[in-house]
Amino acid sequence: MGEFLQTLFVGLRLGSVYALIALGYTMVYGIIRLINFAHGDFIMVGGYTLIFTVPLMTAAGMPAWMAVIIAILVCALVGVGVELIAYRPVRKKGTNMTALITAIAMSLFLENLAQAIPAIGPNPMVAGTFFESGGFRVAGVTLDYTTIYTIAVSAVVMLLLYVFTQKTKMGRAMRCVSEDKSAAILMGISVNKTVLTTFAIGSGLAAVAALMYIAQYPSVYTTIGSLLGLKAFVAAVVGGIGIVPGAMLGGLVIGLVESFSTAYISSSLTDTFVFLILIIVLLIKPAGILGKNVGEKV
Amino acid sequence: MRTLLKIEDLHVSYGAVRAIKGISLEVNDGELVSLIGANGAGKTTTLHTISGLVPAESGSITLDGTDLRKIAPNKIIEIGLAHVPEGRHVFARMTVEENLAMGAYIVRDKAKIKRQLERVYAHFPRLAERSRQLAGTLSGGEQQMLAMGRALMTEPKMLLLDEPSMGLSPILVKEIFSMIKTLHSDGITILLVEQNAKMALSISDRAYVLETGLISMSGKAQDLLHDDKVRRAYLGA
Repeated sequence: MGEFLQTLFVGLRLGSVYALIALGYTMVYGIIRLINFAHGDFIMVGGYTLIFTVPLMTAAGMPAWMAVIIAILVCALVGVGVELIAYRPVRKKGTNMTALITAIAMSLFLENLAQAIPAIGPNPMVAGTFFESGGFRVAGVTLDYTTIYTIAVSAVVMLLLYVFTQKTKMGRAMRCVSEDKSAAILMGISVNKTVLTTFAIGSGLAAVAALMYIAQYPSVYTTIGSLLGLKAFVAAVVGGIGIVPGAMLGGLVIGLVESFSTAYISSSLTDTFVFLILIIVLLIKPAGILGKNVGEKV
Repeated sequence: MRTLLKIEDLHVSYGAVRAIKGISLEVNDGELVSLIGANGAGKTTTLHTISGLVPAESGSITLDGTDLRKIAPNKIIEIGLAHVPEGRHVFARMTVEENLAMGAYIVRDKAKIKRQLERVYAHFPRLAERSRQLAGTLSGGEQQMLAMGRALMTEPKMLLLDEPSMGLSPILVKEIFSMIKTLHSDGITILLVEQNAKMALSISDRAYVLETGLISMSGKAQDLLHDDKVRRAYLGA
């Protein structure tokens, strides 16, 4: 029982991080039908921003985790920059394939750019601690604060995002653009502004994910976003890419599969199971767990 | 009568394909004018060019003297021109009421939105009954009403209606056309694009016949309705 609970919470923690990252993939895909391969690298940007700004925060007498605010801003700026400089011009002139290749190029560019910066370099950097150690005991297992905060913060962030997309004007505009771009234009919605907002939010979420991830695994390196991003992308596809609740669900599914397969089957086969789940879901429901076509009558 | 929409010598191309080869037309304030013609004649392209979804190659389009070609497509609604696209394009994953709220996206005044919502519901009582239903689950006729209601949310000066009868049963076609007639008698200026030429001509003041990117005939709708050439080509008589 104790082991089961522990595994469950580890799964939820991992899943929360995947869900936050998956949201970035799914929101951008939903709005411009682009798989933003550089999204995983926004986690790297967030991670390094945290490493460099935590000392500033502590020097100012603030808690270390407050650095995430700066990381969110930096990531949002990088996301918006990538859209403005790389994706938008390519989208105007090229095809979906050109945009996809540009995304892969941006990913490699960001990773190599980071390595080329003298303060970063090729070797991993170690982050300090963000949350107090320890935790409290529930039903015979110890829940550490990092796990609790990760799950709680992700839940709050996702709830806020949901309210944003349902209740605010910009959120509704995002849903419209993702559903029908030309109809959205006819309503008076600026597609460019909406796409930029989507990039800013998606990249900002990656910064939050970066905080949660390195609070648990405090090593930051230039390719940190590769496997993490890939698994989050799998989560988005499993849940149904383009669908916001799908990314949340997919993230949790992948996190739980990872933790339970590690605990009960084999830790060396973890990634195998993640991709196995992807294959199974795609065979049964090609559009993902929540992906379905709304019955449109003509 | 004041001219509201004025198109002069408009040319539109898709790559090497010339879709519109120099058309001129006018719609006066308060008029219901239809643009009829066969599939591929350029009717939808004309409407898309007016609302900026497709760029014009040359020529001028003005609404009340404002040059529409200089206005960003998403700003067209702000000067009082609303476009109900072919195929309705309602937001399928949103409810009827959310769709109508999106129609009033540019309206800031909450009281005005509420007032318009009530007016639209009064025009289309069926929409009021289904206000919480997802738009994707509506029937074709209801989706058409929703698309029209959504376009009315800003109280536009002018409506562009693209194939409102497409895919509807004869009874529903009649119903939709009588609604268009009501909107017209309420004073809204309408440019109507239709393949169902007979129905379109029967409710319009004037009409233009579009043939492979050029206007081949124009005049009073009643005259065209009885014109032999029009009857043979478009009315199946």
